[in-house]
Parts: sequence; structure tokens; C-alpha cells
Amino acid sequence: MDLSHAPSLPILSVRDLVKTYGTRLGCGPISFDLYPGEVLGIVGESGSGKSTLLSCLAGHLAPDQGRVLWQGGDVLTLAEAARRRLLRSDWAYVHQNPRDGLRMGVSAGGNVGERLMGAGARHYGEIREKAEDWLGRVEIDPGRIDDKPRAFSGGMQQRLQIARNLVTGPKLVFMDEPTGGLDVSVQARLLDLLRGLVRQMGLSVIIVTHDLAVVRLLAHRLMVMKGGHVVEQGLTDQVLDDPQHAYTQLLVSSVLQV
Amino acid sequence: MIEVRNLSKSFTLHNQGGVRLSVMEGAEVSVAPGECVALTGASGAGKSTLMRMIQGNYLAAGGSIRIGGTEIVGADPRVVIALRRSVLGHVSQFLRVVPRVPTVDVVAEPLLGLGLPSDVARDRAETLLRRLNIPARLWSLSPTTFSGGEQQRVNIARGFIHAWPVLLLDEPTASLDAGNREVVLTLIEEAKARGAAILGIFHDEAARARVCDRLVDVTGFTPSKEPSERVA
Repeated sequence: MDLSHAPSLPILSVRDLVKTYGTRLGCGPISFDLYPGEVLGIVGESGSGKSTLLSCLAGHLAPDQGRVLWQGGDVLTLAEAARRRLLRSDWAYVHQNPRDGLRMGVSAGGNVGERLMGAGARHYGEIREKAEDWLGRVEIDPGRIDDKPRAFSGGMQQRLQIARNLVTGPKLVFMDEPTGGLDVSVQARLLDLLRGLVRQMGLSVIIVTHDLAVVRLLAHRLMVMKGGHVVEQGLTDQVLDDPQHAYTQLLVSSVLQV
Repeated sequence: MIEVRNLSKSFTLHNQGGVRLSVMEGAEVSVAPGECVALTGASGAGKSTLMRMIQGNYLAAGGSIRIGGTEIVGADPRVVIALRRSVLGHVSQFLRVVPRVPTVDVVAEPLLGLGLPSDVARDRAETLLRRLNIPARLWSLSPTTFSGGEQQRVNIARGFIHAWPVLLLDEPTASLDAGNREVVLTLIEEAKARGAAILGIFHDEAARARVCDRLVDVTGFTPSKEPSERVA
């Protein structure tokens, strides 16, 4: 049987990650492996610890204990300069609010070009050409390359943030509610775009959301969090259609049908 | 290609007093390459439950399901994903797609997942859509607004676009007119001829008689009636 499509070595391994806020548990202990090309959805309600976990993984928050293994080393023990380099090149982070991930006073082309320069690009013509190409890939008219993001709609801003993040060809992308706050029609377009990019670029993605419809369409695998713990994990459609844990059953049965 | 042994399934309803429902016990099915087997039994007897377990969509409580030698009971999600990508095809009764994606891309998607170039994938998608009488003017539209019969044919095109060695078919001829029903039955016969192992649910008895080699009645896998245990 040819299972060569299932890579055998994880791209990211998380071991016993714990984050507390004083005496209150943020999340943990959490351990999992993420494989190349895999999209992992983390779902749960507000306060479940899913955003804390994502922040710890992405280096925005320092966990109390645990290891985040990337290419043989522990990211948590990296020197600050090396960690920043990683966040500018092989890793990317898409914020829920594009204003947190974009520089609103800089042109669309500048937003994309800035990340390229951060990763070492120096040739102006090539940077601009690549920025134009990426605006096209996220379906923004390249004619708007000199416009500032504040002149864009919410959906366009989110697509610009994705272009800015993916222009360096990262291997691992963290996404925090990337379709939150967008109109439903805009969400569908963004989901389609993300699915295509994940496949074409072979991206590994960790996506945090409370929207079960989004993970059904985007994630291969799910982790369900409650009270800082992972209560259930598995194949996305299996967890949603045959949930085993009481909390997952409640979560799935609470979704309003349209 | 499909070997189901002593398979059981139960549901524990945590939010309804922890009732544990045992819905299947001792299920046994095997399907050889080039063979088409129909699951039969009254509505509620467990045909869909068994199909869902083989697809990896429902978790088995016990027993074994081997697809081309790969065990999927207790398997890592990655194993099931890889199986679905290249080995285990599936035609469901429901179309679940990203709302604005054109029909031709919905059909071509499984091939893109296998790494085929997009022009090859689209060509093959168009050939199948044409064969299933979906008018070309609809190919660039999302199937979410299509009629039930059109959506069913889009599902079938997607399910037959790759030569999966194993195919699960859930009511493939439901809501089709005579002409399209004939196309689907021919597709099934072609899949058998190339050696696919096919397991299906067919309420259309004439279709079943024509393409299926054997019937397996799932009624025998229903547990004898006994009071539900409470585990909560």
C-alpha cells in the first residue's frame, strides 16, 4: 500500500507545554506533533486556552515549561536574534485583526516588501515585482500596490496580511481566527484562497478558531480544548461527526443550523 | 481490498444522561478487487454507520477494518488522510464545499491533492461533467445553488475522477433521471472492470441487481435488544 503521502517526520513537536497566569492555568500540559503539509485546527470557546497555546507556540508568550522542537532544536531556548529571524522567514503569523499584522501607514506593496527585506532581500525591482505577484495571488488588483491598507475593505486587509506573511515562503503558519470579523461571503473567498495556498505551498498550519465550519473545510486534524486542556483530538470530520468527549458533543450539538 | 472483522460500534450520549447505545456487533464484510457488494437492511439497521466506520468518519468500538492491508481502527489520523487521498474514494449523498468554488474545481480537487497539474485535473473534471450531462455553462459556478440531482452528479464526478482502488458509494443513483442513472451504472461497471473494490448502499433494486455481485444484510449485526447500560 502506498502511503508515501504521509511524511514520517514531524515538522514541529510540542512537549509538555504549560502556561499559567499566577495560580490560574492558561493551558497545558500539551504535547503534539505537526507533520509537513498538515493543517491542525484548535477549537474551543473563549477562555479554553487555545489562544494562549498559539501565543506560546509562536513565541509571543513565554510558557512556564515545555519544549517546542523545530528542526532538531528547542525554539524556546533560541537566542532572541535567531528567534526573530525564524519569525521573519520560516514561520508566519496571521492575526485575527489585520491591523495587528499590517503596518497601516505603509503602502500595500511596502507591507509585503518589508517582510521580504526582513528576510534579506535587497533589490528594489525584485521586491516590487514579488509584491505585485503576491497581491495578484491573494486577488488584490496590483494597481492598488501604492494604496495604504486603511483604504482597503476588511477582507482585502486580511488577504494583504496573508500575502505579507506568505511572501517569504514560510513552512509553518500560525493563524488566529483568520476569518473572524469578516462577512460570510468574504469568509468563503478567504477559505478557498487559504486552501489553495496550503496545497500549492505544502504549508503546515496551526489554526485557532471557535468556528467549527471553518475547521471542517480547512483542517485535517482537530484538537478540542477546554479549561486549558486538550479534551479530544482526531481526524476533523470524525471529531465533528462522532465526538467522544462530553464537551465536544455539547460544542457540536450547539451549532445553529442554517 | 476491504476486510471488516468483528466490528462493533456504540455511542455514549454524555449530555443525555450518559446513555450508552450499542448499535453494531460482530460486523463482517469483505470485498475483493473487481467486486461490488451491496449493504442491505431496513432503514436504521446500520448500513450508513458501517460505511462511515470504513471511511474513518465514525470511530469503531472494537474489531478490525483493513483497507488494502492498512488497519484503520485506532489508526493515526494521518494514515486515514493518506488512505482517503489515494486509495479510498467516496461518494456521499451530501455535497460539502467551500461556497464560492466553481464546480469544475470542486470536481478536480482530489487530483490536485494527488499532485497532478491543474490543467490535467481540470481536463479530467470537464470530461466527467460532460459525461454526467452537467451543462458547460454551469462549470464555472458554485454547485451550492444547483438542484439536488445536479449536486448528486457533481458528487459522483468527484468520486470517480481518480481510479481509487476502493470505492464507497452511498445511494449513487438516488435523485437521478434514467439517462444519468445509466451513466452512473456504467461508471461503476468501468470501475469494477479496472479492479476497484466497491461497497455501496443502493435502494434502487434494479441498479443493485445489475452492478452488485453480492449482498450483505447488516440486520445480523444489530445487537440483540437489551436495556441500555448507564455509564455516567
